[in-house]
Amino acid sequence: MLEIALKMLFRDRAKYAMLVCGLAFCSLLMCQQSSVFCGIMMWTTSTVRNIGAPVWVVDAKVEQANEVIPMRQVEVERVRSVPGVAWAVPLYLGIEQARLADGSFQNVQLTGLDTGTLTGRPMEMTAGRIEDLRLPNAVVVDQVAVEKFRRKGIRIALGTTFEINDKEARVVGICHVARSFLGQPYIFTTYDRALEYAKPSRKQLGYVLAGPVPGVTDKELAQRISQLPGLRALAREDLARDTMWWYVKNTGIPISFGTVVLLGIVVGIAIAGQTFYLFIHDNLRFLAALKAMGARMPTLAGMVLLQAFSVGFIGYGIGVGLAAWFGNVVLAKEQPPFFMPWQVPAFVAAVTIFICSLSAMIGLIKVARLEPAVVFR
Amino acid sequence: MSELAMSVEGVVKSFAAGDSRTFALKGATMDARFGELLMIVGPSGCGKTTLLSVICGTLKCEEGRLTVFEHDLRSMKEGEITRFRCENVGFIFQQFNLIPTLTAVENASIPLILNGVPSREAERRAGDVLAEVGIGDKLHSYPAQLSGGQQQRVAIARALAHQPRLIICDEPTASLDAATGQKTLELLKSSALQPDRCVIVVTHDNRIYHFADRIAEMEDGRVTGIFEDPKSYHHV
Repeated sequence: MLEIALKMLFRDRAKYAMLVCGLAFCSLLMCQQSSVFCGIMMWTTSTVRNIGAPVWVVDAKVEQANEVIPMRQVEVERVRSVPGVAWAVPLYLGIEQARLADGSFQNVQLTGLDTGTLTGRPMEMTAGRIEDLRLPNAVVVDQVAVEKFRRKGIRIALGTTFEINDKEARVVGICHVARSFLGQPYIFTTYDRALEYAKPSRKQLGYVLAGPVPGVTDKELAQRISQLPGLRALAREDLARDTMWWYVKNTGIPISFGTVVLLGIVVGIAIAGQTFYLFIHDNLRFLAALKAMGARMPTLAGMVLLQAFSVGFIGYGIGVGLAAWFGNVVLAKEQPPFFMPWQVPAFVAAVTIFICSLSAMIGLIKVARLEPAVVFR
Repeated sequence: MSELAMSVEGVVKSFAAGDSRTFALKGATMDARFGELLMIVGPSGCGKTTLLSVICGTLKCEEGRLTVFEHDLRSMKEGEITRFRCENVGFIFQQFNLIPTLTAVENASIPLILNGVPSREAERRAGDVLAEVGIGDKLHSYPAQLSGGQQQRVAIARALAHQPRLIICDEPTASLDAATGQKTLELLKSSALQPDRCVIVVTHDNRIYHFADRIAEMEDGRVTGIFEDPKSYHHV
């Protein structure tokens, strides 16, 4: 009878199409919006991921990675003095103004890497060599800088020069890194040169990056460093998590995306529930005939559930597939942000199962109440 | 085997209507024999269809005795009655009740599938029955592509496919023109009626009375007469 149930469903093309479209749209909306939300959350942690150090030391008042409270240079030495620290280096991070050849300005995320070790260097160089950062006035720019400068009519290549706070910067490399939350290009240089580019101030140290000796975990080391007065240390994943939660708690981003996801659920329930109800309602006299002919309730329930979950499965597949296709397209352009962890399709699958169960239950209640004798009326 | 295929005795059935109850059957008594086509006739609202529903177990009566193929249906549980119906009863409905999204052969194969026959085998056997009722060339047609008479033939094939012992027909000619109605009854009598089978037809179409072996006349919830000679009933 399950084959009969599927034939009844697939051959009622109008309702089948409406059911699949409704569930596909609902899945697409939920999956795409959730993935864009996750993408934005990922953007908030791009600095942490780009630099990649195991332990990050910040001022005790810092709540998240994009918030820099400058520290004294001596903090690097204090961190190095903690037992279990294998290495500790300074990192400069600040938003500066770059002036282009045509006189226009562009805010940039200036990142100063430890001059000796270049710890936190970009993982993927698309042109030039990171070691050339040690050359005079050398900087490495990311793909966003190339794109943003191109829009202003300036083609960035090795050797191109521009100014940061009136000081010359010469491009010695182009890298590909995770895009920053606010969309400013990352400009990498050495720590010492970053301090030269930055506006002078009493404290300029943004972060101390540290690594543990063998046998000490990142978290243990972070706990030890946090014992130092005025400092807070976090393992990379903890800082990333805290940063994301900070944005969840302190911005309207989750509410905005949550509303759209909720809308997707409501639309899914409304369209799928109503259409499935109509589908069952239209087939009620035939289901009654089947009941009269000896179809037992478990058989009919199986038919209804199979019909509901078939459209759910197909609609879910189409919706998630379209969301993935959308993701592939936008990932190539790097915006809007898009990140689809397995939890997103799993969440959408759970919601789809809920919608299908609800729709099937509405249909099943009607079927259960159906008296087979109704076929004689 | 008893000569009687079915017997009802003093069957009472009522329906709630607001605060009161309406009695559709008020002690109906009758029987049906193997190898006969029994027609239940009477004016609208006399309880014909209710009696038919009680006989096939789709409705439960409140009083009286109901025996079908030596089974006391009143003492059987709901699931047992459904199983009994599935194995022993074939239905022909007034509105055919063919599923519009299934082909003729798929519709006719349903009772076989409900009885556990694999779908391919069920379709093969249903195809044979459809050929027997004269629409072997319409196996893969949908109900909307068939005339009323052809749809009723599919319904007959569906009722016969699993070789039930009791065929229940509710106003089988009501949706058909006179000529098609006559042909349907001819087909029903030739295909359905066998020595080990009983056909019960509810109708108020007096043009088909002559096909009956016996006629049970109903009025006001009771069987008021059994006519052994349908021709004589025709002249009443």
